[in-house]
Amino acid sequence: MMDHQPMHPQDDGGGASACGSRREFLGTAVAAVATALTGCGKLSKEEFLQHNFRELSKDEIQTIIARLESEYKAKYGKTVKVNNEAAMPGVIFGYALDLSRCIGCRRCVHACVKENNQSRDPEIQWIRVLEMDKEEGVNLQHAEQYYNPEEVPREGHFYMPVQCQQCKKPPCVKVCPVGATWKEKDGIVVVDYNWCIGCRYCMAACPYGARHFNWGEPTMKSADVNPETHYLGNRPRPKGVVEKCTFCIQRTRKGLYPACVEICPTGSRKFGNLLDAKSEIRQVLENKRVFKFKEDLNTQPTFFYFYGV
Amino acid sequence: MNIRAIHYLGLAVLLALPAFAGEPKAKEEPAAQEGIQVPKPPFSEGIFPCTSCHDGKQMKVDTKRRELGMHSEIELKHGPDSRWCLDCHDANSRDNLHLASGEKVLFTESFKLCGQCHGDKLRDWRVGVHGKRTGSWNGPKQYLLCVHCHNPHSPHFKPLKPMPPPMRPEQIRKGGAK
Ligand code: SF4
Ligand code: SF4
Repeated sequence: MMDHQPMHPQDDGGGASACGSRREFLGTAVAAVATALTGCGKLSKEEFLQHNFRELSKDEIQTIIARLESEYKAKYGKTVKVNNEAAMPGVIFGYALDLSRCIGCRRCVHACVKENNQSRDPEIQWIRVLEMDKEEGVNLQHAEQYYNPEEVPREGHFYMPVQCQQCKKPPCVKVCPVGATWKEKDGIVVVDYNWCIGCRYCMAACPYGARHFNWGEPTMKSADVNPETHYLGNRPRPKGVVEKCTFCIQRTRKGLYPACVEICPTGSRKFGNLLDAKSEIRQVLENKRVFKFKEDLNTQPTFFYFYGV
Repeated sequence: MNIRAIHYLGLAVLLALPAFAGEPKAKEEPAAQEGIQVPKPPFSEGIFPCTSCHDGKQMKVDTKRRELGMHSEIELKHGPDSRWCLDCHDANSRDNLHLASGEKVLFTESFKLCGQCHGDKLRDWRVGVHGKRTGSWNGPKQYLLCVHCHNPHSPHFKPLKPMPPPMRPEQIRKGGAK
């Protein structure tokens, strides 16, 4: 493998292109195998040989990021930055949503799609807002996600947006056969889109319907691409991988609020550091009536629902 | 400490905005002490300062409760029927509001006025549980005043048209996915 000598030393001048080195030969062979295995001619040799994100050295990550950025440039005709910001020390993110305020306007759903570069047709949405009966309380037997009246809130109803709950004991991570999804130190559950094999076990395991699959090549107009991305977050995804909410990892690791918090017109969405006693998230947890969705499953969400009234 | 400093800086910038020049009194510190930055109150176009009409000369102060000839766009739907303008607006200093005690309050600090009755909400708002904060979860944030979301004359949050629902799976199979 490390042999840099041409195979036929006597064949001087232009030998490499004429016969090719052993390495080049191997490379082509691997690429051919990659093409055969994946049935996808677009997968490059580098991509095929790439390791799990958690096993990569700093240099390897930089090389991969450079490759991705040039691929995105070619595909979208504009510069897309792929960030690799690590978790901040002393931070575990928490989220709380005020069920007494949310009016079900879905501003958050669409701000999320824009921010996180989801496929537009069909549109993948990471947030699903459930319309529920006030009389029934939180009861999935009486939940409707396709509601579309002239105005919200509708009389007698309340609204419960559901997205990835960034579980402390995430079943999705447990079932992944290749370790393509894991929980980061700041509590965000991420997916390595280059390692995901698209088996969708995690989708079956997640009790919150939080994971979504790219059945087709994700579609996005160049103008719609958000160029500020994170490797483990909103960078454009390939076909055949699973994706989910990452608390806007590309924003929150830089100190910004997630896009859904910024857009919500009712201020129902609260976000912050669970380890900071002064954060609004801690204020909510300490002073309000709080519950975890499907608490009985012991997934231990770091996403909470509360009643602000 | 740093964050505090940034708050002060933000406030200084805010107060320096010519758009909200107000009176020189606007330099009063309470808002800064709270570390709260708020955008300009949502006045109707051209309405502020109130003293451009209510200057005590063009019009006599009339403190009697009555139907007004002006401000007909305002529909007062806030609390008991007996409530009216001068319960909150100051008759003698029109560019201010006042508390029940008579103490004057700037429009930029109207939350103090609201908090007289809605003390629980004010308490929640101060710690970020009620209302909306934007900016940075670990740094400077922008707050909204009560009146940015609740029209003080008719405070109930107005219904909105919801944005489009997700596609049903059967629709996706028909057209969407390729
Ligand atoms: S934007 Fe806010 S009010 Fe609207 S649906 Fe989302 S959480 Fe609810
Ligand atoms: S909500 Fe679902 S996708 Fe998110 S961490 Fe929990 S199990 Fe995994």
